[in-house]
Amino acid sequence: MTIMSSLLSNQLFKRSGEPGAVVAPFVGLLIIVTLFASVGNLAFSETSIFYVSTYTITLLGKYLCYAMLALAVDIVWGYCGILSLGHAAFFALGGYGMGMYLMRQIGDRGVYGNPLLPDFMVFLNWQELPWYWQGFDNFGFAMLMALAVPGLLAFVFGWLAFRSRVTGVYLSIMTQALTYALMLAFFRNEMGFGGNNGLTDFKDILGFNLQSDTTRVALLATTAFMLSVTLLLSQAIMKSRFGKVIIAVRDTESRSRFLGYRTERYKVWLFVYSAVIAAIAGALYVPQIGIINPGEFTPINSIEVVIWVAIGGRGTLIGAVLGALLVNYAKTRLTAIFPEAWLFALGALFVLVTLFLPKGLFGLFGSLKNKLVSSKTSSTAEEVA
Amino acid sequence: MEWLESARETFRRDQVWNFMLPEEVHVDVSKEVILYVEDLSVSFDGFKAINNLNLYINDGELRCLIGANGAGKTTLMDIITGKTKPDSGSVWFGQTHNLLEHDEAAIAHMGIGRKFQKPTVFEAHSVYTNLELSLKTNKGVLQTLFARLSTKQKQRIDEVLETIGLTEQQHMEAGSLSHGQKQWLEIGMLLASDSRLLLVDEPVAGMTAEETEKTAELLKSLAGKHTVVVVEHDMEFVRSIARTVTVLHQGSVLAEGTMDEIQRNKDVIEVYLGEEHADQAGAA
Repeated sequence: MTIMSSLLSNQLFKRSGEPGAVVAPFVGLLIIVTLFASVGNLAFSETSIFYVSTYTITLLGKYLCYAMLALAVDIVWGYCGILSLGHAAFFALGGYGMGMYLMRQIGDRGVYGNPLLPDFMVFLNWQELPWYWQGFDNFGFAMLMALAVPGLLAFVFGWLAFRSRVTGVYLSIMTQALTYALMLAFFRNEMGFGGNNGLTDFKDILGFNLQSDTTRVALLATTAFMLSVTLLLSQAIMKSRFGKVIIAVRDTESRSRFLGYRTERYKVWLFVYSAVIAAIAGALYVPQIGIINPGEFTPINSIEVVIWVAIGGRGTLIGAVLGALLVNYAKTRLTAIFPEAWLFALGALFVLVTLFLPKGLFGLFGSLKNKLVSSKTSSTAEEVA
Repeated sequence: MEWLESARETFRRDQVWNFMLPEEVHVDVSKEVILYVEDLSVSFDGFKAINNLNLYINDGELRCLIGANGAGKTTLMDIITGKTKPDSGSVWFGQTHNLLEHDEAAIAHMGIGRKFQKPTVFEAHSVYTNLELSLKTNKGVLQTLFARLSTKQKQRIDEVLETIGLTEQQHMEAGSLSHGQKQWLEIGMLLASDSRLLLVDEPVAGMTAEETEKTAELLKSLAGKHTVVVVEHDMEFVRSIARTVTVLHQGSVLAEGTMDEIQRNKDVIEVYLGEEHADQAGAA
């Protein structure tokens, strides 16, 4: 009997602690919500109660991009203990890739009407397109670059950092420096990315008008789809032996090394995977928001992402997504009512969660569920006895 | 339909394709010595942790290393496993592998396993997963991503669980095990990895008398098939398992021999008990 009950509770404990056990239901919910929002926007008139405004659609799309970024941070921080304070860099680079494509799509409809050069280059008296802008007329190439450049940056950065066995707070500071350096570089006009103002005034994507409701809904649907795919893929990766090694590296890296795992390679590839997810989020973010500028690189952005993950619950995949959605919804609401208070509220929330909910909100649900289950099993055990 | 048969044979799920298997490492022990440590020296900020140390371990032997704190036992293990690079000297595994040229992962791959002084297991993983991760498999990133447990590997894990007596706890998180159980799990991880040479740092620290006895039995049973080097402070334990004991003092070998020889050795008595006792022992 005791063996039975211990087996039972082990089994239950395992299930509730299992990362991403609720990924599939969440993906289902996400698809249903997206479907309702899309139909609500396109099929109903503005007077209907089922109508969803285009503003809401864009807001939803933005939240889902943030959720994907939070997922990327959770993958490296929650599972491997790499606290990256520079993930917004990969997000912004992905965004710039998409932004460059959208700039090329403007063609001669810019303010200066130059068929060859984007407005800001005409303004700077540039005569021809810089070499690194070549090919961005092509959507496929632009998307490839939007993912490959952040991926490559993550690879080089990770390779150098992890091979030299830089960990902990030093690594965090380095990631912070990385995003800060990129921000300063992108602020410069000579870089050829629009300097201070960044890239904006987009017109079309793949020939569809960016301002139309249908395009907006399609972008939201794409974002929801990509978030679902990355969630399911990440869950599969974390459940594989690779994921187990990653958790092992987080807990005792030296032990994993003495077992024969080249931990730096594991960390580098995980970091690259995470950076690419962040870049996808960034590339989807830009057409919905309509602008990308160096402000996206600010270290504060990266830190905010870490806060979302901490509040949602790290190392759970879904926790990070929920954290991002919740905090951003609260931000939209609160900044509308009382803008000055937002940063204080965010700070307070972070402190409270760190102090009282080390596993985040998602961990709280888990432990509540566990308590319910264990009290049930103990009561049945008493009955049997 | 022959091709179908052969295709089925190729994709059988209870086996591992040959190219996925870890490369076999040949260790040349034709001279009966598996580990050569010669003229080894290393110093940290002027402190000589290892000072001109020479040590030979025979294949299949069970060797105990003893010595006071700071005698260089753990540093020696760090050097053998590739964590620390020495200032001078050489360390060879068999006749052909120069260990100083390789990093930790490569050395582990050659078949040198290590148990830490403080039990170090993957606390967030179950006991079963801990052993799964220790198995002798190809540990490349891609291979690990698509790895599945074969029937043979599962059997091996069950065997090890049986040996270390944790079969009932196999689904428990390793972090919730008792101190002694963690020690056993870590030894089990060495077993699962099928290492040729096991370096075991203080295996019975924090164990009850009964557990200590069981550990001694286990280590003795491993010798022969594996080569075992044990670092330990517990003299009773050392006496119960060791055939050959090496005493380290201030980074070099002070004495080597059976436990009885060691206990009669004048130098050892001097270092451990002070000069008076040495004189007395000499007089007696």
